[in-house]
Amino acid sequence: MTRISVKVDGTAYEDEVEPRLLLVHYLRDHLGLTGTPIGCDTSNCGACTVDLDGETVKSCSVLAVQADGSEVTTIQGLAHDGEWHALQKAFHERHALQCGYCTPGMIMAARDLLRENPAPGPQEVREALEGNLCRCTGYQNIVRAVLAASGQEVSS
Amino acid sequence: MIPPAFDYVRPASVDEAVRTLADAGEDAKVLAGGQSLLPLLRLRLAFPELVVDVGRIPELRGIREDAGTLVIGAMTSHHDVIRDPLVRRHAGLLAAATATVADPAVRHRGTLGGSLAHADPAGDLPAVVLALDATLIAVGPDGQRAIPAREFFVDYLQTALRPDELLVRVEIPSTEGWGFHYEKFQRVAQAWAVVGVAALVRRDDGHLAESRIGLTNMGSTPLRATSTEAALTGADAEPGAVARAAEAAAEGTHPSSDPSGSPEYRAHLARVLTRRAVLAALE
Repeated sequence: MTRISVKVDGTAYEDEVEPRLLLVHYLRDHLGLTGTPIGCDTSNCGACTVDLDGETVKSCSVLAVQADGSEVTTIQGLAHDGEWHALQKAFHERHALQCGYCTPGMIMAARDLLRENPAPGPQEVREALEGNLCRCTGYQNIVRAVLAASGQEVSS
Repeated sequence: MIPPAFDYVRPASVDEAVRTLADAGEDAKVLAGGQSLLPLLRLRLAFPELVVDVGRIPELRGIREDAGTLVIGAMTSHHDVIRDPLVRRHAGLLAAATATVADPAVRHRGTLGGSLAHADPAGDLPAVVLALDATLIAVGPDGQRAIPAREFFVDYLQTALRPDELLVRVEIPSTEGWGFHYEKFQRVAQAWAVVGVAALVRRDDGHLAESRIGLTNMGSTPLRATSTEAALTGADAEPGAVARAAEAAAEGTHPSSDPSGSPEYRAHLARVLTRRAVLAALE
């Protein structure tokens, strides 16, 4: 077992974990933060995307011990005082989800994009989300939601 | 799946990492960004006794220029490589090809050194450093060793690195002023390259003074399209001459057969993509 200290969504945790424990399993099974889903077994789908020290990662492809000393933000850390993040609101208003399974990862990846590029074009949004798969929507409303969250005019 | 159990250490320096590897022998595996190793562990295709995490050794990260040579620390992330002004200036091909690797989240974690040491022939960066005539610097118990890229890739997932050696940096002679392009054929976004072609060209007025062509996934290691390179030397920088030279791109290659393509199909792709890559590099 290896001792780790990690801050997740603003709360500090100290834990003894097996080195083989994946970050996503630590979040879900140890901390009960099941807002971050597991969608695949191949690192392809991006559903488990979280923020690790200011950069998105696929939490199925990071060991919990690698997050030692780091700060993690999950989809559950985005709302403040009961107020949704702009991306959460835009996904809701633009109907950017059907089953919702990919949504946490989509929003985390889109948040990463908007930090680096506050006013992306539609093609830039698509490229930024290339590591996140949605099997329901066909992506159109997801792209529109990200553009809307960036404050740009979007035709419906 | 849940990875098999292993012990884990996180050395703080290259010396400590090398000592750890020397003590552990062949049962240890180096963990860089983990974007290839963790999927392998999860699929239970690798069973290391000990995982040596070198991802936080400060001396392994960073990019600098030293007398016309670009020096990139092995643990520099793809994300940092793509955005670095020195890389864009001296090795634009590397920045362009790295931008096509996987997706943004993977590029945050994945590292240049990790990609090269993993030596997957379908990975994009081995053929790129081969085309750039890079030198890979390894540190072992007996000190430092410089390995030319053409000697580094030995076979499928195998490099010239010994079990007690650590890849510490990549040295790339500047290609400032060269034209470059990485042309990749993949079934879907973020998929592995069925075939990829890394092209570097140096123009002399209307002629091609020098060209270097690296091939991804045309054998068990990355390869150079030497016949095409020879045919391009001194050739007119025009589409007809480039197309004729590209016809030789698959000579001497031994591509694999898998659900993405037969060897014949890959040879066809190599010819087409080489033509496209060289023409794009000339623009």
